[in-house]
Amino acid sequence: MLRENYERVPSGCAISGAMDRSGQRFSGSDIIQSIAMMRERSNGLGGGFAAYGIYPEYEDHYAFHMFYNDEPAREAGERFLNEHFNIAEAGPIPTKKVRSIANEPMIWRYFAQPKEEKLSSSGLHPDEFVVQCVINLNKKVDGAFVVSSGKNMGAFKGVGYPEDIGEFYQLYNYSGYIWTAHGRFPTNTPGWWGGAHPFTLLDLSVVHNGELSSYGSNRRYLNEFGYECTMQTDTEVVAYLFDLFTRRQGMPIDVACKIMAPPMWDEIERMPEDEKAFYTALRMVYGKALLNGPFSIIVAFKNGMIALNDRIKLRSLVAAEKGDMLYVASEESAIIEICPNPDKIWAPKAGEPVIGMLEGVRV
Amino acid sequence: MISYILPEFLVLRDENRCIQCEVCVRQCANDVHYLDTKDGKVKSDDAKCVNCQRCVTFCPTHALTIIQNPQEFKANANWTKKAITEVQRQAETGAVLLTGMGNPEAYTVYWDKLVLNASQVTNPSIDPLREPMELKTYLGRKPDMLEFDKDGKLLTKLTPQLVLNAPIMFSAMSFGSVSLNTCESLARAATELGIYYNTGEGGLHSSLYRYGKNTIAQVASGRFGVNPDYLNAAAALEIKIGQGAKPGIGGHLPGEKVKAEVAATRMIPEGSDAISPAPHHDIYSIEDLRQLIYALKEATDYTKPVSVKIAAVNNVAAIASGIARAGADIIAIDGFRGGTGAAPLRIRDNVGIPIEMAIAAVDTRLKEEGIRHQVSLVAAGSIRNSADIVKAIALGADAVYIATSALIAIGCHMCQKCNTGKCNWGIATQDPQLVKRLNPNIGARRLVNLITAWEHEIKEILGGMGINSIESLRGNREMLRGVGLTQKELDILGIKAAGE
Repeated sequence: MLRENYERVPSGCAISGAMDRSGQRFSGSDIIQSIAMMRERSNGLGGGFAAYGIYPEYEDHYAFHMFYNDEPAREAGERFLNEHFNIAEAGPIPTKKVRSIANEPMIWRYFAQPKEEKLSSSGLHPDEFVVQCVINLNKKVDGAFVVSSGKNMGAFKGVGYPEDIGEFYQLYNYSGYIWTAHGRFPTNTPGWWGGAHPFTLLDLSVVHNGELSSYGSNRRYLNEFGYECTMQTDTEVVAYLFDLFTRRQGMPIDVACKIMAPPMWDEIERMPEDEKAFYTALRMVYGKALLNGPFSIIVAFKNGMIALNDRIKLRSLVAAEKGDMLYVASEESAIIEICPNPDKIWAPKAGEPVIGMLEGVRV
Repeated sequence: MISYILPEFLVLRDENRCIQCEVCVRQCANDVHYLDTKDGKVKSDDAKCVNCQRCVTFCPTHALTIIQNPQEFKANANWTKKAITEVQRQAETGAVLLTGMGNPEAYTVYWDKLVLNASQVTNPSIDPLREPMELKTYLGRKPDMLEFDKDGKLLTKLTPQLVLNAPIMFSAMSFGSVSLNTCESLARAATELGIYYNTGEGGLHSSLYRYGKNTIAQVASGRFGVNPDYLNAAAALEIKIGQGAKPGIGGHLPGEKVKAEVAATRMIPEGSDAISPAPHHDIYSIEDLRQLIYALKEATDYTKPVSVKIAAVNNVAAIASGIARAGADIIAIDGFRGGTGAAPLRIRDNVGIPIEMAIAAVDTRLKEEGIRHQVSLVAAGSIRNSADIVKAIALGADAVYIATSALIAIGCHMCQKCNTGKCNWGIATQDPQLVKRLNPNIGARRLVNLITAWEHEIKEILGGMGINSIESLRGNREMLRGVGLTQKELDILGIKAAGE
């Protein structure tokens, strides 16, 4: 059997996200509790978290979370990193022995900034430079895998139930203003830690429940813009599309959501002229970026969090608000577990994004 | 000279059923049937029969059956009956063998080696009877990205596009090669369906201008019927470089079919052969094509997309890339099984490559060059049913052109004698008596029925895949698997084998 990153594995899943829109940080214990509530939706073969605001002491540094299969892979990975970056701090990510978690890779963390001479000779924006390095690391350094690479954020994932993964990484010791979580139910036994969610690129992280029937079209579309989908996961495609539209093309994030889950043509037909022209153009130009098939996703980035359903709502998704807090999850129970009396709780409509932005930040 | 050629078909008449009503006599433009005044019986001359089945269909007592002449030569795997007969025919005429319709030879039909995916458990199939299912398709040039102002308002101006209710169009068939009633059937059906039909290279008859909104006007090397009114009447223009049935040569319309109306529409003398030059004499290279594309855009004030149609040949991927860069908005690729009103048999049966390979190669090449999203790709050349359409789109086409299946819908029985002008079904003929046999209302109805049926089937297949919009099928080769193909063929098609 091919390792998962060479073969596509459909999965069912649980997702949960919590954000304090005022930017107040809170510990990871809530999100662990929330995702644990949906244990039924995972099968112990993948769990993970993304956390934002956890490294304020290094907020100007790219935080690399790495998996290494073995010592030689670590040496090769570090050689690559040292060649391209000035590393301010390096070390293993603290973990705790949990009985149900086994076969963990070597898990390391680096706070780094691109070397000035490398940046100027490449002519790239620092973000793009990091993206290229991540792609090269994953492709060329055997046994090394970049788990996350954004500033002041990190992904923590592995093979196991998500609550056990949270315990393993002791996420209650971190505090952040956005947390997302994922429990996975893959349809075979991949056993590869890199295959768990979230999938990340810079500070963008995606947790995803669903299977994209449009995967082949989406992937070919991304190929044209230089994205190689090496992981063979649907989630990778979602992350790259967000990256293409919001970072590279500078599109408003709600417009990117409307590309991925656009209104139906008959709905567009009934819109006022302006809106009609807008959505017609979106669908004409970005048709191959439409995400088809069932999905609910939570996309987080440094300024906010978005939850999005496919356009006929083939996966469950619930949202709630309490004061500055915004919650989204596959099931209501996962929200009520950590926020028993929300001000408002609702099931977002198909294709209608739930967007939470930090105070003072435009969509 | 006595002909050595044996009748290709035998006309079997059941004497117990025949009531000597002479319907067959009146229906056959080839004069197969006649009343023998000596015994008052209707008889047949087998040698003239083309097996178009007009008489079979219209015989009120079902007395007629046409069969292949069972007469065999001594068994020979090399010198087949067909090979021998063709030599005999050329020895008698000294001429190029002419024929009609598409390549009938037993090349691999790749459509039939491709199977489609469906959802099970991990991904729900979608029920088109209960959920929206979208086939709407836009053809034309697309920008790399859209730009918005600070408030998210759209700034980018889009170039003109064709909007199709389903990714299907009627391919080029010229007035001249087919009858006016055929053109009218296609035009009315395209209008009713919200799709397009293509004029072919014969100009646009004055009575058809009213269907301009659903018309693609072709400009071919002969420039027949091309004038400003013609260009401006249509919704889009198409430069015909080549045709799948006869790559490398121009259109052929025998003088017998150039009657008054055809002559007026084509702007040529009555009765003259309308033989298009093999190349466009103003296009000897890709930069010349660019000039013609922009000449047409200038002539129509940049209000219409311009398509360039080529035959699928060896270097089709590189050629298509050049066409995209030359400024075409749509590239139509016609595979080697595509039909024709008249073509030299040797060319039809031996030149060109299958559309399945061509479309896969072009889509991949344009993708690798990062320009696939800029242009639209139309696949043509023997699309027989809705499954072929789904496969073509999954291989990378935006839409398909159909022609042979459209003609079958309105009565064509694939006798491959379009070039003779004696089409008993009123399609490939200019004989007023024969043309009358095709009622455009009924023709349009049958076409609308066919496309509507295919739309239902496409929706059903998409729903099964868990897809509710046709754009998510485009280039989605994950939805295809190959059966009985070599690794090389799978690689070119960009698909996995069944079970992988």
